[in-house]
Amino acid sequence: MKKRMHLSERLKDLGLSLCFLSPSLLGVGVFFILPFGVVVYYSLIDGIGSRNFAGLQNFIKLWNNSAFRLAAGNTLRFSAMAVPAAVILALVLALMLEARIPLKSQFRTFFLSPMMVPVASVVLIWQVLFNQNGTVNVLLGTFGLRAVDWLQSDAAPVVVLLLFLWKNLGYNMILFMAGLANIPKELLEVADVEGAGEAYKFFAIKLRYLSPTVLFVTILSLINSFKVFREVYLLAGAYPYETLYTLQHFMNNTFESLDYQKLSAAAVIMAVVMVFLIAALFKIEDWFGKDVEG
Amino acid sequence: MKKKRYFSRGVLFLICAFFAVLFLLPTVLTITNSFMAESEIVSNYGMIFSTTTGGYVSKTVNLKFIPDKVTLAQYVSGLIKSPDYLLKFWNSLLLVVPIVLLQVSVASVAAYSFTRWRGKIRSGIFFFYVILMLMPYQVTLVPNYLVSQWLGILNTRWSIILPGMFAPFSVFLLTKFMRRIPYSLIESAKVDGAGEWQIFTRICLPQCRSALYSIAILVFIDYWNMVEQPLILLRDADAQPLSVFLSSINSGEIGLAFAMATVYMIPSLLLFLHGEEYLVEGIANSGSVKG
Repeated sequence: MKKRMHLSERLKDLGLSLCFLSPSLLGVGVFFILPFGVVVYYSLIDGIGSRNFAGLQNFIKLWNNSAFRLAAGNTLRFSAMAVPAAVILALVLALMLEARIPLKSQFRTFFLSPMMVPVASVVLIWQVLFNQNGTVNVLLGTFGLRAVDWLQSDAAPVVVLLLFLWKNLGYNMILFMAGLANIPKELLEVADVEGAGEAYKFFAIKLRYLSPTVLFVTILSLINSFKVFREVYLLAGAYPYETLYTLQHFMNNTFESLDYQKLSAAAVIMAVVMVFLIAALFKIEDWFGKDVEG
Repeated sequence: MKKKRYFSRGVLFLICAFFAVLFLLPTVLTITNSFMAESEIVSNYGMIFSTTTGGYVSKTVNLKFIPDKVTLAQYVSGLIKSPDYLLKFWNSLLLVVPIVLLQVSVASVAAYSFTRWRGKIRSGIFFFYVILMLMPYQVTLVPNYLVSQWLGILNTRWSIILPGMFAPFSVFLLTKFMRRIPYSLIESAKVDGAGEWQIFTRICLPQCRSALYSIAILVFIDYWNMVEQPLILLRDADAQPLSVFLSSINSGEIGLAFAMATVYMIPSLLLFLHGEEYLVEGIANSGSVKG
């Protein structure tokens, strides 16, 4: 039984804890919360000059903007493709490294190595590989297949997907390896004794215990799928092939004209969508992993 | 039965090896190609990065790992002949080192608060930090820009350092580490009459030394490769970090770009090789968003 604290004591605790928290809280307030409030405000007025309440007009305008729709559609499509791929492949890699194979820790190092490579040289190499006259097409040619201008065709998102996976799988894999290591060994031993198959062990035991990790990797991959713009921008410029035009392109190009209403409305929409997505993922995880976490 | 197991292990090993080669390829390529002479680079890649220096140009790209002749010419021209790259490298350090030090310091104090005291309000704040951490950069970009404008720090290093200093990522990670410190340790220090600050500096910080190190590495690598923030908040070309500047030399002098990219990789590579165990531990501990 925890003894009930006096009010004064609780106040003292609150004060002390806020003391320690204050530098961070102050910074977060000034650099994130306050300006985000202003962004919300900007998204609801008709102009920095006149400042009349505009209701949802900015959002409606944005929705009717073809560039925004293209960007939002492409971003969603890319994330819908990249996130599951990143989660599943990373899990597969982690499961493979669970087996007793030689050079295990070296493999881990190799898979993590893309974290280190500067964006610029990643972009150089991707150009060498996927240019019209690049290595991939040379390889295709030796098999008698037709060359594809990867970055200027509908296949462009696939090139970006490969880049995304190459960059992020290692990190995700480490997360899964840690998750796998936390599964109680006795449980798996019991399953072995009872003669459970590998598939059963995976779906009924491992995946259940991994569900918090799956949630985290999913959210992380979602965010990283937005970050891949960095490479796309350097690969294909501010106005790339249509299928590569992402939300970040839209934001960057709108930045050039400093249209605050448009920018703010876009930022607010993204924030709302992210909060909903994250909340939904949390709910799914709650439902899926409920009997394990208890 | 046993034979079968060895066979499947062999197959797994081969698959892993295949992936490992794919994953290592760009890194190795960058490093080996940095030792090629410009003429060799042009003959291999001239087709893509239309350089007009003349000489033999292969019709298609010629992916080569081992240079015909190893030369340091690219390094000499990048590091000795022109001061540009060294200056940009220095710029990178001026941005990233303060961010790492400040972010970790601010975060360690905040994490202590989240560890030591729990309550409805504080767990609400913590959850808010998690949400904030998960926001994509596109959302925080406009707010960042606005604040920098108000504070008059737009186009200065502070427009990148200050938001970096308060990024919630380290707070989240460090809190998870600190919550593992046995409570009895803190309790006994309290009984001995230690104040909160003493408990924090004498007990908590030494206990999470490896965590601090791993977080510092993660933050360093993340910011070392930043591109978006300087592109928008730091328009002054002279102050931009090498990560941005590297991207602008792609088309003209590829050989030089490879060499400078290799130079740029050195700090993160050293940190990585030196602290890999810590790094892995750090990543592993970020494994779940809850409490």
